[in-house]
Amino acid sequence: MDRINHHPILGERPKKEAVTFTFDNTTYVGEEGDTVAVALLSNDIRTLRHHEESGSARGIYCNIGHCFECRVTVNDIEGCRACLTVIEDNMKVESGKRLPNPLKQGGSFDE
Amino acid sequence: MSDLIIVGAGPAGLRASIICARNGLSVTVVDEYMKAGGRLLGQLYQEKDGEWWNGLQESERLYEEALSSGVEIKLGLSVIHIENSENAWTVHTNAELLTSSYLLLATGAAEAPQPIDGWTLPGVMSVGAAQVMTTVQRVKPGNAGVIIGISVLGSAIAMELDMAGIHIKSMVLPKKTEFNEEFANPLHVMESLSHISHLAPSKLIQWSSPLLKWKYMRNLSTRFFPKRGFKIWDFPVHLRKAALEIVGESKVEGVKVAAIDINGNPIEGTEEIIEADFVCIAGGLYPLAELAALTGCPFLDAAELGGYVPLHSEKMETPVDRLFVAGNITGIESAKVALAQGEVAAYSILQHATNHENFKEKVNRSVENVQQIRDQAPLSFNPHINEGRKKMQNSWNEWLNEHTKSSHLA
Repeated sequence: MDRINHHPILGERPKKEAVTFTFDNTTYVGEEGDTVAVALLSNDIRTLRHHEESGSARGIYCNIGHCFECRVTVNDIEGCRACLTVIEDNMKVESGKRLPNPLKQGGSFDE
Repeated sequence: MSDLIIVGAGPAGLRASIICARNGLSVTVVDEYMKAGGRLLGQLYQEKDGEWWNGLQESERLYEEALSSGVEIKLGLSVIHIENSENAWTVHTNAELLTSSYLLLATGAAEAPQPIDGWTLPGVMSVGAAQVMTTVQRVKPGNAGVIIGISVLGSAIAMELDMAGIHIKSMVLPKKTEFNEEFANPLHVMESLSHISHLAPSKLIQWSSPLLKWKYMRNLSTRFFPKRGFKIWDFPVHLRKAALEIVGESKVEGVKVAAIDINGNPIEGTEEIIEADFVCIAGGLYPLAELAALTGCPFLDAAELGGYVPLHSEKMETPVDRLFVAGNITGIESAKVALAQGEVAAYSILQHATNHENFKEKVNRSVENVQQIRDQAPLSFNPHINEGRKKMQNSWNEWLNEHTKSSHLA
C-alpha cells in the first residue's frame, strides 16, 4: 500500500531513513520508526502468519497491541506483536506457521 | 521507587503526570505503545468553531510538556501484573519491576470486537486500526474499503480516511445476530446518529434529527430512508443494508451485503457483493480495565459508560488505598474529558500525598471543570453519559456507607 505523502491537514510526510529487514527470509525496506506491520503493509504484505491449527491467513486487526492477531517471531523471539515492534536494520521477522495436528486427522471424537 | 506510577500515556495519564511532577512528586509513566498519546494520536476532526483538533500535535505537546516537567516516560513497556503490599505498589512489566507509593490507572479504551463471517481475513481491521495506520503511520490501510457498523466513532474515522484520499465505498450495518441489536437495528443506530447531526452536513440527517424524538416518526423516517443510502461527507451510508459476510480467498476481496427490513432482517434475493481490498469493523469502545481488577478494586457494570468500570468517586479515587483512575477507564468519553479527569486525579493524589489545604480547593474546582467540559463536548459516545456518571456516584456513595472507611479526601 502507498504511503500517504500529502495530507490536506497534516501536510507533507517527513522524510525518514530507510531500514532493511527480512520477513520469511526475503529482504524488505521500511522506514525508520515503522512497526513491522506498517513496513510490511507498505510492501503490500498483509498476511503476517497462518493460524496454528487451521492454517488460515491472519493479519493485523487492532493495530495497537490489544488483539494479538499480528504475532510474529522477531529475532527468534516468538509471540511479538507486529503492530508494537519497531523495525531495526537486519531484524529477522518470521511468520507463524500451521502446526502439525496429527490427532485431528481421523475426524472428530463424536464419530 | 517513585511517588507515582501512571499506566497509560494518553491524555489523562500525561496531563496528570505534568501536574504531579510540577508539584514535586517523582512520576513514572508507562505505556506499551512506542509513541505517547494513546487514542488521542489518531484523532483529527473539525470542531464547531471550524478549528481542527489535531490529536497528533496535542500528543506531542503533552509529551514534551511532561518531559520538561521532569516526568520519566517509559514507552514500549507492557504492564503484565500489579501487586500492592506494605504501602507500595509493585508494577511488573515485560522488562523490569517498578515500585511506587501511588498508582494511577489511565489505560483508556479498547475497541469491542464485532465478529462477522470472514473477519479473520487479512485486510479486515478495526476502524481504530485504520485510523492509526492512516493518520499516525501515514500508510493507506487499502485502496477501497467498506466500513461495517454505523456509529459516532466509525463516522469520525471514515471522515479521516476520506480526507487522506482513501476511497470509502460505503458504510453498512452489521448482520443482525442475537448479540448486536444496538449495532444492527436501523432504528437504534439512527437514534445514536441523531446526536452527531451537527457534525453531519447531510441535509437528510439534519432534517430528520428533530423528528427522532418521537418513536413513531423515527419509524417513519427509517422506512422512508432511501435504499441507495445517503451521503455523510463523501461516502454513502446505508441504514438499509447489512453486511452478511466478508469474502476473499486469502485476503479481503469484498463484502456480501443485502437489503434489510426496518427491524434489521435481511431481505432474500437482494444479496450483492461490494468489492473492496480492506474492511473496517466499527464496534464501539469499552473501558480497558483489567489492571484495576488485579488490585481487587470493585467494578460497576454500566452500559452508559461502555461496560465494566472500576468503582470510583468524582475525585477519581477508588476503594483501594493509593489507587486512582482517570480517562476512558472510567467511561467512554472524549479526549478533552480525559484531560480534565487527569487533572482531577492529579490534585486528588497531591492532596492525599501532601495533605495540603490548597489542593482540596483545586480538587473541587477540577471536578466542576470536568462536568463543564462534558457539557460542551462536540460529540458524546453515549448520549446517556450523565446517567452513567450518576449511577457511578450512587454506587460510590453506597460503598462509602457500607464501609466505615471515610473518603480520604472528604
